[in-house]
Amino acid sequence: MLKKRIIPCLDIKNGRTVKGVNFVDIRDAGDPIELAKRYVQEGADELVFLDITATIEKRKTLVKLVRKIALEINIPFTVGGGINTIDDVAAIIEAGADKISINSAAVKRPEFITEIANNYGSQCVVLAIDTKYINSDWFVYTHGGRNYTPQKTAEWAKKAENIGAGEILLTSMNHDGTKNGFAVELTNNIANIVNIPVIASGGAGTEKHFVDIFKNSKASAALAASIFHFGEIPIPRLKKYLFENKIAIRN
Amino acid sequence: MIAIIKYNAGNFTSVKNAVERLGVEYIISDKKEEILEADKVIFPGVGEAGTAMKYLKERKLDVLIKNLKQPVLGICLGLQLMCKHSEEGDTKCLGIFDTEVRKFPDIKIVPHTGWNNFTSVKGNLFEKIKTTNDVYFVHSYYADICQNTIAVCDYIKPFSAAIQKNNFFATQFHPEKSADVGEQILRNFIQFT
Repeated sequence: MLKKRIIPCLDIKNGRTVKGVNFVDIRDAGDPIELAKRYVQEGADELVFLDITATIEKRKTLVKLVRKIALEINIPFTVGGGINTIDDVAAIIEAGADKISINSAAVKRPEFITEIANNYGSQCVVLAIDTKYINSDWFVYTHGGRNYTPQKTAEWAKKAENIGAGEILLTSMNHDGTKNGFAVELTNNIANIVNIPVIASGGAGTEKHFVDIFKNSKASAALAASIFHFGEIPIPRLKKYLFENKIAIRN
Repeated sequence: MIAIIKYNAGNFTSVKNAVERLGVEYIISDKKEEILEADKVIFPGVGEAGTAMKYLKERKLDVLIKNLKQPVLGICLGLQLMCKHSEEGDTKCLGIFDTEVRKFPDIKIVPHTGWNNFTSVKGNLFEKIKTTNDVYFVHSYYADICQNTIAVCDYIKPFSAAIQKNNFFATQFHPEKSADVGEQILRNFIQFT
């Protein structure tokens, strides 16, 4: 049976792991490689690295980091954060990343999704959507959640699938950082209209939240950051809890 | 020495890294002499069947691969290219395994992405591996079960998770991305003589 995936996300700034609460107020969470290795040992099913560095030197350091990560870990990993051009993608894939996550660049230029899919396959393209519920609908935000767009989330997700996205990483900004649980209804709506895997993100605070998202939505995976970084929920304990609650997970 | 076949459908970085972690010497090559000389050959692949076959043919790597005598391990698209024919781009493949590659029907999420286990495990490629162990899959096409199937995975329908015929081994999943279980499978392959 295909298992539900648990994905720790590491936000990287200047080569260190950090985690923002509600996209601001950044705390330092340590060396990304050490953290990544720990997660692999603990049973993480996949890893996501999001680079939030905003300097010109960024790409060089990121590629170097990706190369080191690829040497050390033996599970799939995704790299994202400010990836704008097919050259950025090529450099990161050649360094050993399995998937690329794109967000603002895809909103600005949807053909970018198709370009990556044509060059590296759809399985390589993770479309990250940051979304917020306002005026009785979910809208897409870009630039780390700073910029509103009039694009409705459901329409964007469907369009992205049609033009080559292989997975959707769906973050509810209303839930992110709150630790009050994932956006179950939103995730289920999106997972019902696309036929590619949806990764639920934002709001994980307890083990029960993971059971909720997997029991009440068709999410293929759930992503979280701070609860793993600061040891609030060790992955082995989470997986034991999911197993006891009859969620199919990798042991 | 292991030769990893270099062609246009390889994200061979991950395979190279996995072999490196096992401490085995390797070369990445598309040169006939180098590949023939290697003790073992890995035929990786991520990409589209039609373009990959075209590239292999142009360089006569298709004939070379089919006639290899040492243990060969195809991975993912590598497995599919070792079959008879693929629905992807209606492509005639190498024909090492007498089976057909088809596209998953869209009745569930496609591609089949993530960790899954397999049953009906045969042969020493899977020594020390249990049917409860999970490995990492990501594919939209699958190989039908045939007489050479040595592991069966069930997603939408049962398909070949691994195939073996004589010295030719192949896995639909990615051992190089399948944590300790994948590492054990690669180690088993490397120890073949």
